[in-house]
Amino acid sequence: MPETSALLETRALTKHFRIGGMRGHNLHAVDNLSLSIGEREIVALVGESGSGKSTVARLLAMVYRPTSGEIVFRGRPLGDLRSRRDVLGYRSEVPMVFQDPFSSLNPSHTIGHVMGRGLKLHRRELGRKERDAEAEHVLESVGLVPARQVLGKYPYEMSGGQRQRIGFAQALSYRPKLILADEPVSMLDVSIRVGLLNVMARLRDEQGVSLLYITHDIASARYVSDRVLVMYGGHLVEQGPSEEVLHDPVHPYTKLLLSAVPDPRARIAISSADIGEPPRVVDPGEGCRFRRRCPVAQEICSHVTPMLVECAPGRAAACHVTAPTGATRTQPTGATRTQPGMPPTSTQAHVEPARPAPGA
Amino acid sequence: MATMTLGTPPARRSELLARLRSGTVGNLARALAGNRKAMAGTVVLAFFAFCAVFPGVLASDNPNAEIYARAAAPSAAHLLGTTSYGQDVFAQLVWGTRQSLVIALVVGGLATVLSVAIGVTAAYLGGIADDVLSLFTDVFLVIPAFPLIVVIAAYSKNGGDTILIAVLVATGWSYGARQLRSQALSLRSRDFLVAAKLRGERRWRIIVFEILPTMTSLIVANFLGAALYAVLAAAGLQFIGLGNPSSMSWGTMLYWAENNEALQAGMPLWAIMPGIAIALLGGAFSLLNFAFDEIGNPALRPVRRARGRRNP
Amino acid sequence: MADAILEVHGLSVEYLTRREPAHAVDNVSVDLAPGEFLGIVGESGCGKSTLLFAIAQLLSPPAEISGGEVLFKGKNMVQMTERQLRTVRWKDYSVVMQSAMNALNPVKSIAAQFADAMRAHGTRSKSDIAARSREVLALVGIDPVHLSSFPHQLSGGMRQRAMIAMALLFSPELILMDEPTSALDVVAQRSLMVQIKELQRELGFAIIFVTHDMSLVSHFSDRLVVMYAGQVAELGPTREVFDAPMHPYTSGLLDAFPSIYGPKVHLDGIPGSPPDLGALPSGCRFNPRCSRSTAACSTTVPELYEVGGRTVRCLLHAPERSDAVAGLREGSRPMTVEAGSDA
Repeated sequence: MPETSALLETRALTKHFRIGGMRGHNLHAVDNLSLSIGEREIVALVGESGSGKSTVARLLAMVYRPTSGEIVFRGRPLGDLRSRRDVLGYRSEVPMVFQDPFSSLNPSHTIGHVMGRGLKLHRRELGRKERDAEAEHVLESVGLVPARQVLGKYPYEMSGGQRQRIGFAQALSYRPKLILADEPVSMLDVSIRVGLLNVMARLRDEQGVSLLYITHDIASARYVSDRVLVMYGGHLVEQGPSEEVLHDPVHPYTKLLLSAVPDPRARIAISSADIGEPPRVVDPGEGCRFRRRCPVAQEICSHVTPMLVECAPGRAAACHVTAPTGATRTQPTGATRTQPGMPPTSTQAHVEPARPAPGA
Repeated sequence: MATMTLGTPPARRSELLARLRSGTVGNLARALAGNRKAMAGTVVLAFFAFCAVFPGVLASDNPNAEIYARAAAPSAAHLLGTTSYGQDVFAQLVWGTRQSLVIALVVGGLATVLSVAIGVTAAYLGGIADDVLSLFTDVFLVIPAFPLIVVIAAYSKNGGDTILIAVLVATGWSYGARQLRSQALSLRSRDFLVAAKLRGERRWRIIVFEILPTMTSLIVANFLGAALYAVLAAAGLQFIGLGNPSSMSWGTMLYWAENNEALQAGMPLWAIMPGIAIALLGGAFSLLNFAFDEIGNPALRPVRRARGRRNP
Repeated sequence: MADAILEVHGLSVEYLTRREPAHAVDNVSVDLAPGEFLGIVGESGCGKSTLLFAIAQLLSPPAEISGGEVLFKGKNMVQMTERQLRTVRWKDYSVVMQSAMNALNPVKSIAAQFADAMRAHGTRSKSDIAARSREVLALVGIDPVHLSSFPHQLSGGMRQRAMIAMALLFSPELILMDEPTSALDVVAQRSLMVQIKELQRELGFAIIFVTHDMSLVSHFSDRLVVMYAGQVAELGPTREVFDAPMHPYTSGLLDAFPSIYGPKVHLDGIPGSPPDLGALPSGCRFNPRCSRSTAACSTTVPELYEVGGRTVRCLLHAPERSDAVAGLREGSRPMTVEAGSDA
């Protein structure tokens, strides 16, 4: 249950990469992204390749610096973090778990070595014995037993699922506030994913840690997250509580995503498939980036970039057609929701003021 | 709370590879023992090492003493005959091992240190630093080694072995630096390096403790390659007279043998044996090089059927 | 099976090591009818890709076929020489690999690669080559203008389509596919699957589709093989396997998928990991991880039992355990009368 203080917020976060050498084009990885993550919640950032979700993770992890916009963690902008100590302090509170279990651990070092280094850097108050104890403790928290044995092992002796648990254990050992999980289960067998997802949920419930779960798999996003954010082509196109977004999607892309999810239990017939693919957004103009694949695109979609508009409490979508500015949506039960003018609480949708997108 | 016990390890990995990386001598010994090429190379190298450290055990004669019958044929007293100055060829061969081996190892070691330092740093720092260091490497790479060696050695003939080593190191490090830089570059985006950076490790720690350990097999290969180069190049230089002619080494033996027309004058072993010794030592380094390749990359290993088993 | 286009009988593949060889594929038998879509699913390391490569005769040392036969249109491919295989390859059957970026030559245009393939199998005329190249690209929905493109210039989905087009060059009767969609996003994956199914309907070829993601084939395959530790765990018509899985591993796999439909339910997945092929558990290979294992499971090795047109390798379905009277039919195993006694 999200509490009311925002842990991390981004405001109009933008990241462009210069590509093309001499000719110099701008790859718009992330444009004008405003999101917030509260305490004790799992927020899923869902998108396909080129959506910008991994770039968001790296921006939040301070691997890249934003082109514009800002990231605010516990009230303090990341741009203010200058000294090595400041940055290290941030990394203690916002660690990252990586996607590839086979390259995220150095094959030359034991698990104990890696955990020890992390603890030494981030939990300076602990002595040697306490570090060992803490390492064992966090390994047990993620379900790796016997912990002492695991500490002596090398990565090659552990399976993919076990290595990913170690990734979470490492992050947990820093006493973080928010764990950035960049597609932590995508490279695991389907039968093992659920175990990791359960670990993530336990981290939220038992350790009070928030997680940003980045994935392309909307089904797992539903399983583990409280809120879901959908990205396309560098833009945030829909957000809201997971159950609501999945059962009642607003944005046409969200609908497309949901229809494409393979599910053995669903008895759907083979429908005509969208043949398009996510774009690489290079030097885009104004306009909705989904328009070419959108079944309900209109004239305005090619000229004006849609803004995120609150269409129900806690829900927002960026679409001229399905979530036009100024309109409210009625709940399925028929009751009208509160007016768009009400100030949102910080864990809810961050509504964009009506102005054209910068840099578009 | 659902816990996972450690079951049997997953799909087969190269146990030899991982044990090698774990670094203890015992594990290394086991890795070498499992590979035929490694065993052959190790045996030869061990033999030469023994000759270098305890030459007196095998050859009790003083190699420099010109006290024996001149140009004598092989006999029980002189296994390989004597030189035209009356020295025992076998003793010279055994005593000469020390210098040849020392030069090989010292040049190999120093050249590797230089290759690693420059190559890996260039890869990790990137940007301008990489450009400068790469340019520096390329200059040395492009300079024709042998003529340079000859010129330098000719000008400093009195410096003896120190100059020899210095020249060989200077001409031998650049190739390895290029290789190591390439490999380090390919590692740069590996997640565990990003993870180390995000963990807050300092750059030098990342280079030394994260990157280098994963490159051990290439570094060892470099060392062996440089050692091989040193053996051959040193012998070559000494042969043409640019070494210290009064030193005791296989190359100098060749020099004196050539000067005294050993082959024609009925002392063929004086000329042939040092050549064979050089070839054997070089071959040992080569075999070990192949072996480390195979140990490091399981895909290169020869597939030998387990003895006697074949399911119908 | 009468008229089967492919018959695999007791196929075994060994990985040669210094110690006992490891059986990546252990005595697998399966038949394929013309035009049938057969899915092979399982976790990493279960041997499904190895099985596919063995059928395609593409294994290289240290893997080799150690037993069994692969009859393609009646001829045993295991015994064919390389020369004989070349006449069959690509013409009668072709292979689509997992990653187009690995299988396509990055320095050659698509047209050049198609031309290579066609020339290697006997087509000489330039105009024939050009015409056929355009044809196959049109079949998979790629604009022929991309013939002159290089692989890196195409998007991921298009590359995979190009791979499939290449496999269709000679209108083969069988296409073997090794996780062709795993590098794609979910929407592209879906559209590629639909495309593959449409092509199959149009051109009538049979498909063997290997994947670790069961849900992917759930709507497309006719029959499904579930593999575990190198053996067939379950085999049957896809819909039946999904609706009423017999092997506990199959139900475990199915239960491991979070769904976007229905209520949110806590899932547990399958505990543990697949066994090391060099250190297999005694009795049933799945029994250490099985929630329904009994004492007999760790001592008795289950055979493949036939139950109502499906086969399953699980003691729960062994004929002796069935309540009904088993009747003997000539030449076949005793069949249980009730189909799939539990899920």
